[in-house]
Amino acid sequence: MGKNDLIGGSLWDNYSKIVADRMNNPRNLGEISEDEAKAIGAKLVVADWGAESCGDAVRLYWAVDEKSEKIVKGSFKSFGCGTAIASSDMMVELCLNKTVDEAMTITNIDVEKSLRDTPDVPAVPPQKMHCSVMAYDVIKMAASIYKGTDKESLDDKEIVCECAQVTLSTVKDVIRINNLTTVEEITEYTKAGAFCKSCIKPGGHEKKEYYLVDILKDTRAEMALEQEKVEGEKFINKSFFQKSKLIQAFFDAEIRPMLQSDGGDIDIVDILDNDGQLDLQVRYQGACHGCASSSAGTLYFIEGKVHEGLDDSIKVTIV
Amino acid sequence: MSKIYLDNNATTKVDPMVMEKMKPYFIEKYGNPNSLHGFGTETHPAMSEALNSLYMGINASDDSDIIVNSCATEGNNTVLKGIYFDLIHTGIKKHIITSQIEHPAISHTCNFLETLGVDVTYLPVDDDGVVTAEILKEHIRKDETAIVSIMWANSETGLMNPIKELAAVAHENGALFHTDAVQVVGKIKVDVQDADVDFLTFSAHKFHGPKGVGGLYIKEGLKLTPLFHGGEQMGRKRAGTINVAFMVGMGCAMDLAVKALDFENKEVRRLRDKLEDAIIKLDDTIVIGKREMRTPNTILVSFKGIEGEAFLWDLNWNGIAASTGSACSSEDLEADATFQAMHVDADLSHTGVRFSLSRFTTEAEIDKAIEIVEKTVERLRAISSTY
Repeated sequence: MGKNDLIGGSLWDNYSKIVADRMNNPRNLGEISEDEAKAIGAKLVVADWGAESCGDAVRLYWAVDEKSEKIVKGSFKSFGCGTAIASSDMMVELCLNKTVDEAMTITNIDVEKSLRDTPDVPAVPPQKMHCSVMAYDVIKMAASIYKGTDKESLDDKEIVCECAQVTLSTVKDVIRINNLTTVEEITEYTKAGAFCKSCIKPGGHEKKEYYLVDILKDTRAEMALEQEKVEGEKFINKSFFQKSKLIQAFFDAEIRPMLQSDGGDIDIVDILDNDGQLDLQVRYQGACHGCASSSAGTLYFIEGKVHEGLDDSIKVTIV
Repeated sequence: MSKIYLDNNATTKVDPMVMEKMKPYFIEKYGNPNSLHGFGTETHPAMSEALNSLYMGINASDDSDIIVNSCATEGNNTVLKGIYFDLIHTGIKKHIITSQIEHPAISHTCNFLETLGVDVTYLPVDDDGVVTAEILKEHIRKDETAIVSIMWANSETGLMNPIKELAAVAHENGALFHTDAVQVVGKIKVDVQDADVDFLTFSAHKFHGPKGVGGLYIKEGLKLTPLFHGGEQMGRKRAGTINVAFMVGMGCAMDLAVKALDFENKEVRRLRDKLEDAIIKLDDTIVIGKREMRTPNTILVSFKGIEGEAFLWDLNWNGIAASTGSACSSEDLEADATFQAMHVDADLSHTGVRFSLSRFTTEAEIDKAIEIVEKTVERLRAISSTY
């Protein structure tokens, strides 16, 4: 917010000159008939995406050469605003002379970038990105028709933000790795939600399967649960019985073998709980018994190991 | 290319006579009307004259108030929030009624009041697109409803609501009645005593006055907690140094608008009808709302298969300014609330284009507009995938 947000309504000022030109004079407008496709030895593909009731709809025509699988001819028709018409026109251009598989890699951002006047200034304002730039979906639709499969099988990843093509796993990962707590942070890290904003929360222009608010909430809940589990596993949060068992196991695994290798040993005589502070009473055996360092260096070493491996609150005393 | 302005429901040009009338109050008679010295007092005659024009313009009695403020948004906020403080916050009443087709100055204020715990009912419209007395009767609650606020005419469609009947229903049920009249002042005769409204709001820039000045009518005997606290201006009902020049401008604009009512209803209506007749001659076009139920200057039309913003784009490239309330034009990308409230087919909800004329619109402009509309329909339907 700030100075740039105080005067609204400059939607058309944010369209590039290329967008305006393509709206006024689309290069690839029209239909391709079965006969026209046949005449050049190509298979006709006609794909629809969007709906009038949503405010934007596009129909994409491809003539695909069946040997090379290349899109040799393309055109479009569109119900939509200026950006929808301009971006559909550019999308067709980007498909031409590509194979169907190559065309499937074209994203909405690719189309938008091709419409820019200068490389670092977006061709359309953010809220136009999804609703009007529909390349990705209609191309997938055309490809699925060409391949005789359904579109869903080509949607290999769960996309959360169609505009920026951000997947569900990416969003979850950035939340976890960077410990994010707000949707704004997710947008900063991934660009998800920066364009049409439909994926931020329900009630936007488009109904979505995933919304950033829900993903954030769920991921935070998962993280909290995991944290709880980690906390629960902390020595300090265990019952006295569990603590005693852990201490015995720690001694058997970590302490006793070291002393045994020098011909000594150590036994736990008792464990007392003094208001949460454990008094661990031990007795040396074998070579340790009466050893000069047993009440100094060795004791400090054992206590250090116990603090490191279990908890700082455990006091070791020789009885 | 000459430009043609057909977006007069959004704002209007200042009448040159209004401009002339305002001029002295910027660099000659610039005193503060509240000052005791001559600079202050020399502004008073023009302010009185302006008030006379405003009172005459809406037939307000001398004992009622017309508070000069900044715009109708301020007036609407003053009424709804004042009622909240006076009748709802105090526990006397708890309910507000408005409609689904109001301007955001009403609907967003009501949304806000809901967050404070006010019970708000948003009335639907009938098949003609108007709020009827019957609809209001179904929802009004005797002794609970504090105020009913229904716009006089809708800005998108121009459709006029039966304000006199609605006010009567409100009063029968012990509620106050407010109407946002921005779209009717200067278009039809507005008589606050005949309609028997308690509050009425208007804005000068909708009738060839300057932007940034409006009026709030308060019926005699009614009290309303002010929105602005501060100095003693406007009878302590609206603090803030009075914008003398704009007040003078609004008075003059009201005067001219009232004098032009006959012209508005004959000549502007004739040109509007000419444009409308030419549009409905085209295939698959629908004009929303019956002609006789609309303000004389407005047409909301749906061109099947053409998205509204695309239509405006082509018009703009040809020098014509019109408007759309449908998706893609607005930042929030929501289908036009008016279309939705009127249950217009969802496929058409993004196709609305509004033309609104004024007394400055010429026959030559309408002829040119007809030509460009025809050209635009042809071009964009050739592009359309749904037509």
